[in-house]
Amino acid sequence: MNTPVLEVRELSKRFGGINATDRVDLDVHEGEILAVIGPNGAGKTTLIAQLAGMLAPDSGRIRFAGRDITGLPPHARARLGMARSFQITSIFDALSVLDNTLLAVQAHAGHSYRFWRRARRDKKLTEPAMAALQQVGLADKAAANARGLSHGEHRQLEIAMALAGTSKLLLLDEPMAGMGGEESARMVDLLRALKSSKSILLIEHDMDVVFALADRITVMVDGKAIASGAPEEIRADENVRRAYLGVETPGDA
Amino acid sequence: MEWVLFVSQLLNGLQLGVLLFLLAAGLTLVFGIMDFVNLAHGSLYMMGAYFCVTLNPLLGSFPLAVLVAVVLTFILGIAVELVVSRHLYQRDHLDQVLATFGLILFFNGAVHLIWGPEGNPIALPEYLNGRFILPAGIEIPTFRVAIIATGLAVAAGLIWLVTMTRMGMLIRAGASNRRMAGALGVDIKKLFTLVFALGAAMAGLAGMMITPITEANIGMGDDILIVAFVVIIIGGIGSIRGAFIAALIVGMIDVMGRSYLDGFMKLFLDNQSAETASPALSAMAIYILMAGILYFRPRGLFPPRHR
Amino acid sequence: MQLSRPPVRLGVRLLVLLTFAILPGLTAAFDQPFLLDLALRMMILATAAVSLNLILGYGGMISFGHAAYIGIGAYAVGIPAYYGEYSGYVQLPLAIGAGALFALITGFICLRTKGVYFIMITLAFAQMAYFAFVSIEEYGGDDGLVINLRSKFTGVIDMESTHEFYYVVLVFLVGALYLVSRIVNARFGMVIQGAKDNEPRMQSLGFDTFRYRLACYVIAGAMAAAAGWLMGNYNYFFSPEMMSWTHSGELIFMVVLGGAGSLFGPVLGAIVLIILEEVLSGATVYWPLILGAILISVVLFARGGLEGALAMLERRK
Repeated sequence: MNTPVLEVRELSKRFGGINATDRVDLDVHEGEILAVIGPNGAGKTTLIAQLAGMLAPDSGRIRFAGRDITGLPPHARARLGMARSFQITSIFDALSVLDNTLLAVQAHAGHSYRFWRRARRDKKLTEPAMAALQQVGLADKAAANARGLSHGEHRQLEIAMALAGTSKLLLLDEPMAGMGGEESARMVDLLRALKSSKSILLIEHDMDVVFALADRITVMVDGKAIASGAPEEIRADENVRRAYLGVETPGDA
Repeated sequence: MEWVLFVSQLLNGLQLGVLLFLLAAGLTLVFGIMDFVNLAHGSLYMMGAYFCVTLNPLLGSFPLAVLVAVVLTFILGIAVELVVSRHLYQRDHLDQVLATFGLILFFNGAVHLIWGPEGNPIALPEYLNGRFILPAGIEIPTFRVAIIATGLAVAAGLIWLVTMTRMGMLIRAGASNRRMAGALGVDIKKLFTLVFALGAAMAGLAGMMITPITEANIGMGDDILIVAFVVIIIGGIGSIRGAFIAALIVGMIDVMGRSYLDGFMKLFLDNQSAETASPALSAMAIYILMAGILYFRPRGLFPPRHR
Repeated sequence: MQLSRPPVRLGVRLLVLLTFAILPGLTAAFDQPFLLDLALRMMILATAAVSLNLILGYGGMISFGHAAYIGIGAYAVGIPAYYGEYSGYVQLPLAIGAGALFALITGFICLRTKGVYFIMITLAFAQMAYFAFVSIEEYGGDDGLVINLRSKFTGVIDMESTHEFYYVVLVFLVGALYLVSRIVNARFGMVIQGAKDNEPRMQSLGFDTFRYRLACYVIAGAMAAAAGWLMGNYNYFFSPEMMSWTHSGELIFMVVLGGAGSLFGPVLGAIVLIILEEVLSGATVYWPLILGAILISVVLFARGGLEGALAMLERRK
């Protein structure tokens, strides 16, 4: 296997007496989906926040695209090709759906100290933005105000924004949260279609989704990565079964 | 003579610091608890002064006039809270700034209407108008000592109130977590009104203390209010302790800068440039201090823990 | 985004600009030079309000120190004039440069802070500039100084001619409006508006929002200083009072009254506020009392400003 796109080693963060992440190791390889699963409070969101640069780890290293990015601020990581979707929808409420996506394209289209040419008439921005919206099935809502979208559409827009750039790696924090069956089925298809072109780190609760999509799975419990491997290995892992007692996995069904 | 001047300036700085604390305490409480920017806090300072201007001859006793005027300012604070402020807590800061800016215009107009455009002095009674004579020829105006003593007493009282009493506990709970205070079964609305009025009364008291020295004027609270803002920014918005320390620092630096920067700069520059530059520089001293502190600590010296 | 511009707002905009454009002819015909004076003041303050709207309305940066730039611009006329330098080619770039520099230095500190800290710190810096000029005796201290002549553009424009000066001011206003409309719709403006809406998201997209904001703050400062340059020329006078925070408050009021974040709103706000002040101060010396009450009512009961009201009018039709 080639060198990982994202390489996390011994990542630790403590809040008061609690180890939110405790010497976590994980890798995301090119073109794969790594799912991070674990019970609530296992430290998954803290992990993503550290990967994206919103939280500084107490110790450990993060390498991305062959560079050590542990000390970089969020915007610098994004510029290197890391895109993030948020667990709680985070879009630009006051702007249109197209504007939201446009900004995501713009972030990767060089600097934005351009004061004169109208951004919304700039084909270099609008075409990739529309393409991303097309991909997630929001093209017909491009002109709508983002605030008026349904919950599922918000999630789709988030993905469109993650797609719109030239990112190598998507950090997706529960992209299906709060979606209905049909919507989440469409999202699974979408993510599967992306797999070849992007690497994805996916945090997800729904085990059906995880086993349908993931190439590999890392299991977190109490801030520790207790197991990593292919879905079948994880399904068979005794430690995981014990940690997940009471949580249904497809293997038990 | 050098020493005499120095001690006198030291007292001036202390006096300014104490007055600033009286103003800043209310501001920082109201902001910390209600998340409310009150530009009109300086108007309450002015109103307190004018109440005292009217009451002093009427009651024939300065301390009594101050006492009654403090109560009146407290009541005025309640009224302002009920009529205007209360409706703004949920609004954004821009709305708060604008509406309280409107309040300033309103109060300035009202004072003009009631008391006229001229400055109004307050005559001090004999026993406050004298001087303490200390050894080495140092003379201290009695009233200056009275201001400092009153201010320190109020500061001590406030700190006692906030740290030791049940109400203080609620205030602190409210400052750090509004919902929590509500869950404790506190009538939040009443608490807010009370805190606002308390802040008003302290601001009013500050106005009364300064008026015998300067006269009461329309808009007298506007400029000092901004210095009070500097104080609470340096101290950390919401922190009484921060406000107290920052008020003393700002008071000292302002007074000392104005009297000593000139001589200090002459050590480096020729007389001419020092005399041109030092007034401008000393006028800017506290703002430069603020900028410096914010550069390293964007939330002030004692930032609130939760926010 | 709106290709089919709504008619009511467009109509009002054209009407206002057209009125400004033909006013010199009208006032000459009806012998009302006083109106020209009023219109000049409206246009200059509207220019400043348009620049404030760029940071406040579009960028969400509530600056309470914008009047400082007007003062800086006016001093950039006055101080060179004091030393005998009347050339507009010196004074105008000086005004713009000084405004930009003050914005760069103070913005560097202010923009590290958020929310109410930002409001108070911009206020404090403006106050610092105010007191600094108060304490400089050389340039009149508290009282300021009179300027003998307006900026000279020899052979191009005669600024001493009221009509020529009037059209210079109009060009600045229209220019400011055009500039802001281009900026907010360009890539730069998208970043500024995105940062107002959701700053953490902008950062996770890869934008260094601090630097974009700082650039925006500097542009607005330079524009406001240009308005100050007009103000100094208009008054033949400069003083620290022009920087007083009540003027900063008035500028915010113009923006909000007109409708923050709408291109033309600040112009309407400036017109209405100046008419209001003119009428009230003519009626009673206690006018701040009434104006204050109006201001409070506007904040408490009317939202979205005049542009918002016009937009509502359109939807009803």
